[in-house]
Amino acid sequence: MNAYDLVVVGGGPAGVAGALTAAQAGLRVALLDSGARLGGQYFRHLPASFHASREGMLHHGLDRFVRQSGTLERLADLRLGHQVWAVTRQEELLAVHAVMTSDGPHGHPVELPVVLRTRALLIATGAHDRPLPFPGWDLPGVLTAGGAQALLKGNLVAAGRRVVVAGTGPFLLPVAAGLARSGTRVAEVLEANGGLGLAGHPWLALSKAGEAAGYAATLLRHRVPYRTRHAVVAAHGERELTHVSVARIDRDWRIRATRTVECDTLAVGYGFVPQIDLATQLGCDTGHDLDGSPIVTVDASQSTSVPGVYAAGEPTGVGGAVLSELEGRIAGLAIAAELGTPPAGEPPAVPGLLLRRRTRLRAFARALQQAYPVQDGWQSWLADDTLVCRCEEVTLGAIREAQRLGATDARSIKLLARPGMGWCQGRMCGHAVACLAGQAPQPPRRPLAQPITLGALERISDDKPN
Amino acid sequence: MKDLAGARPEPAFEITVDGRPVSVLPGQTVGAALHAAGIRSWRTTRFGGRPRGLFCGIGVCFDCLVSVNGSPEQRACLLVARAGDEVVTS
Ligand code: FES
Repeated sequence: MNAYDLVVVGGGPAGVAGALTAAQAGLRVALLDSGARLGGQYFRHLPASFHASREGMLHHGLDRFVRQSGTLERLADLRLGHQVWAVTRQEELLAVHAVMTSDGPHGHPVELPVVLRTRALLIATGAHDRPLPFPGWDLPGVLTAGGAQALLKGNLVAAGRRVVVAGTGPFLLPVAAGLARSGTRVAEVLEANGGLGLAGHPWLALSKAGEAAGYAATLLRHRVPYRTRHAVVAAHGERELTHVSVARIDRDWRIRATRTVECDTLAVGYGFVPQIDLATQLGCDTGHDLDGSPIVTVDASQSTSVPGVYAAGEPTGVGGAVLSELEGRIAGLAIAAELGTPPAGEPPAVPGLLLRRRTRLRAFARALQQAYPVQDGWQSWLADDTLVCRCEEVTLGAIREAQRLGATDARSIKLLARPGMGWCQGRMCGHAVACLAGQAPQPPRRPLAQPITLGALERISDDKPN
Repeated sequence: MKDLAGARPEPAFEITVDGRPVSVLPGQTVGAALHAAGIRSWRTTRFGGRPRGLFCGIGVCFDCLVSVNGSPEQRACLLVARAGDEVVTS
């Protein structure tokens, strides 16, 4: 099979913009995404079978994204339901290894291997929620904020009947507003940072009106209490969530006073973790975001330190959908210039206007991140028997014990007590374990970016490269 | 709820969860259908026997594993349900 000019991994705003820009410049482009539809987390939307005529109501900018996706479908090879687990170098090319879940005999889902060869790669893998552990956070009914959003935007399912939304960051607002508008009772929104209430929300202060103001108005209209310097510090219930302990906290997030709030669902999120596994596999240079998250280092053209490998959107620093789209577009232009097909009607290099816009949006993203730090006081919410690693069921006590035995850094703690060794490979607890060890989170060292079954690996060895 | 997005979903179909019927709107994931049906806990952990269901909702945490039509360890939050799917919890 002929190689592609560009393979894009990730079908959110950055990936779609990058793929579309490059395809419009005449490149042969494939885009892979693990989801059933384009959109990523931000533009997650309903399946066509819902015939949703007013879906734009659920999202800012969705209509435009859908138009872009439609154009992309005609110009590029779209491969949905593909999970990319590795990228390797093959002589002059890159080989993108994915598994695609498909129907086997008797309707069994089976994973089939797919390998695409390409001259350039754009990593647009987005980010996932960053949860913090607290007592009871593994009870069913406790969801990440992004999980609650995915149920609503992708399935039209309300996460619960009576929901508490908690954590930190601007993302809590669309989650709470979406639930309120769906008719769900949002008992409270609890923002761990800030001290000024909804009107003084840093997002509102930074962006004059628009999106944030709309969410704020929705919360007011539904009389949803919005409390800053508050957090959910424990979740309770027998087999499912029935109530949470809500605490008033100080600037360092230490508990001042607690009370109980009944709810069947908690949507909780403390920012995002950029997904950079593919970049670290390839040996791309990494750095740290303002909040310490490992991110991929890119130059002005979104190129990583590895030739032919570009990154755009959250993997280069969490900044939201608008910045992601812009970075994707810049990457697409740069890749087109690099591979020698200047886009029709545009100069080959990236216009200064786009670069200046990116500088502005990045400054805005930094200001937002500064407004919503994660403070160490969350560690005081945990008891000895609180799970830190959900997969391997490692408690805070087990981690402290490992530290007493001489494990001083996150890596030795992991080897001794096994947090981060389970199914999710530390994606859920990695940040917390690093904080407990007193370290900044380190870039992931996962040999596979996605767990794949042995069966799929066997089929790969049968699949002779052509 | 449907008003919110002006949705006119196609007619629901059924899947079974441990033999019990659960209604699904075409296009919904197995996880979303279970959650909507009030089934929120469908897995028990190996060591502590702790109940688990959806957590991240986007395929990252692996807490939502179910067996579907005999294939074990499928992420319910990612897998789009199809009529007649037999879901078995553990
Ligand atoms: S809920 Fe996290 S993987 Fe399905």
